Amino acid sequence: MKQELKINLLHQKYIQTLIRRKRWVRFYQAVIFLLFFAGWETASRLSWIDPLVFSSPSKVLNLLAAKIQDGSLFMHLGYTLFETVAGFMIGTVLGTLLAAILWWSPFLSKVLDPYLVILNSMPKVALGPILIVAIGPNVSSIIAMGTIISIIITAIVVYTSFKGVDPNYLKVLQTFGATKRQTFMEAILPASFPTIISALKVNVGLSWVGVIVGEFLVSSKGLGYLIIYGFQVFNFTLVLMSLLVIAVFATIMYQLVEFLEKKLIKNSG
Amino acid sequence: MPFLQLKNIHHTYFTKSSVTTALSGITLDIEEGEFVSFLGPSGCGKTTLLSIIAGLIRPTEGTVLLENLPVDKAVNKIGYMLQQDYLFPWKTIEENILIGLKLMKTLTPEKRQKALKLLEQMGLSGFESKYPKQLSGGMRQRAALVRTLAVEPKLLILDEPFSALDHQTKLRLEDLVYATLKSYGKTAILVTHDIGEAIAMSDRIFLLSPRPGSLYHSFKVPGLLRELSPFEARNHQTFSEIFQDIWKELDHIEAGT
Ligand SMILES: Nc1ncnc2c1ncn2[C@@H]1O[C@H](COP(=O)(O)OP(=O)(O)OP(=O)(O)O)[C@@H](O)[C@H]1O
Ligand SMILES: [Mg+2]
Repeated sequence: MKQELKINLLHQKYIQTLIRRKRWVRFYQAVIFLLFFAGWETASRLSWIDPLVFSSPSKVLNLLAAKIQDGSLFMHLGYTLFETVAGFMIGTVLGTLLAAILWWSPFLSKVLDPYLVILNSMPKVALGPILIVAIGPNVSSIIAMGTIISIIITAIVVYTSFKGVDPNYLKVLQTFGATKRQTFMEAILPASFPTIISALKVNVGLSWVGVIVGEFLVSSKGLGYLIIYGFQVFNFTLVLMSLLVIAVFATIMYQLVEFLEKKLIKNSG
Repeated sequence: MPFLQLKNIHHTYFTKSSVTTALSGITLDIEEGEFVSFLGPSGCGKTTLLSIIAGLIRPTEGTVLLENLPVDKAVNKIGYMLQQDYLFPWKTIEENILIGLKLMKTLTPEKRQKALKLLEQMGLSGFESKYPKQLSGGMRQRAALVRTLAVEPKLLILDEPFSALDHQTKLRLEDLVYATLKSYGKTAILVTHDIGEAIAMSDRIFLLSPRPGSLYHSFKVPGLLRELSPFEARNHQTFSEIFQDIWKELDHIEAGT
């Protein structure tokens, strides 16, 4: 009884230490945040940095409020988010599908191997102008940018994971007379879920790159457009505000994927 | 007509840089309900032989007949248990033990009930909705056995099923597996490194020579020991005599190389 009490006490203490440590981490994170913005504001006001180029937090916030009020921010944000999510999903799904086809036919995968290597090492955004000419200067070509940037790497990573599944699992299924399709659905795909999810995480970032570059090239809407427009008219407050919004939403998207990861793979591994 | 016939089995593996003959000229018959073991030095082709018997790989030469039919047409009659459990970590224990029935499209409520019953007999009731990683090694091995038996195979193949377990768990599982197989009247083939295990569990023991594996010697376990459970057999006095005999033969095999 006494022993138990003591252990309980120790456990409480241990938890307390954890909580305290976490508080300190949060504290310093907040300090960095405040210092950064306060420093930025001060430096700008005292003209230590060129306020025309680097703007200041207060100006950015004012502009943000104005853009929210006239509703134009939501319009731009809506476009960019839609394009990014679409590019991200299409890229991941098609990439995984391509991986499945490669797994299905080892012969095809041998044949395609050098082409995949070439496509993968190519900087995909360089294809932008061609895409725009081929598809037209509209939302579709921007989604295409968000897609191609992640599709090949997804295919390669997921295919590698498909091939890496322990052959003994396949042997187990084979002893039950499983077809190739059954083998894929029961072992290959679920065993590769963790890899697919981590590909998702990478693809979030990649799709943002593709979409923003796409908007640089063609769009008259979207956050990428706001950046390039702000640059052209030398309104860096606009550029910085767009960057801030992108940072926030890219992070939210990443967190969502992480949440999905926790839901999906809590049991495997 | 013997239950299982192996006729002049040869097998050679080809890779780009090597040619490995794993088995040569294996001919033997196994009767229904018999429990036989294969003993042999590492790399002599035991796993290869089991894969051939299970119809998973085709021998470069020779045939395997199960009830007079070639085994590659009888996959569903053979249950194969690997050295480790290889339970699917993303499936619950129940899903794991029913996977065979599901794949063969023979999953009926009665069969499901039967499989769950078997799980209970193996002392695993209450673990149906747990995941494999929540079970100990011995429990997982038992669950893997249930998965193999759930499809009611006529022939059970066991490739060093207990080698990854601690000694005590292993002895207990030997008894459990033995009793289960006897009560269902199953024919079984066991590969093991453990001479004692072979004697305690089998009716007949085959010694294989080093690679390329061929039949070197075979032992019949006396009826006296066969009546006993593996644990009791290990404590019997004739046990150590046979152990000595087999030990000597294995020594011969090693010395001959
Ligand atoms: N897929 C393969 N390709 C080429 N060679 C192989 C292959 N599988 C096995 N071998 C070779 O065939 C021989 C027999 O292998 P096998 O796995 O059947 O031996 P084993 O008796 O089961 O060994 P152990 O007791 O270590 O399990 C070994 O020399 C091995 O290297
Ligand atoms: Mg082996």
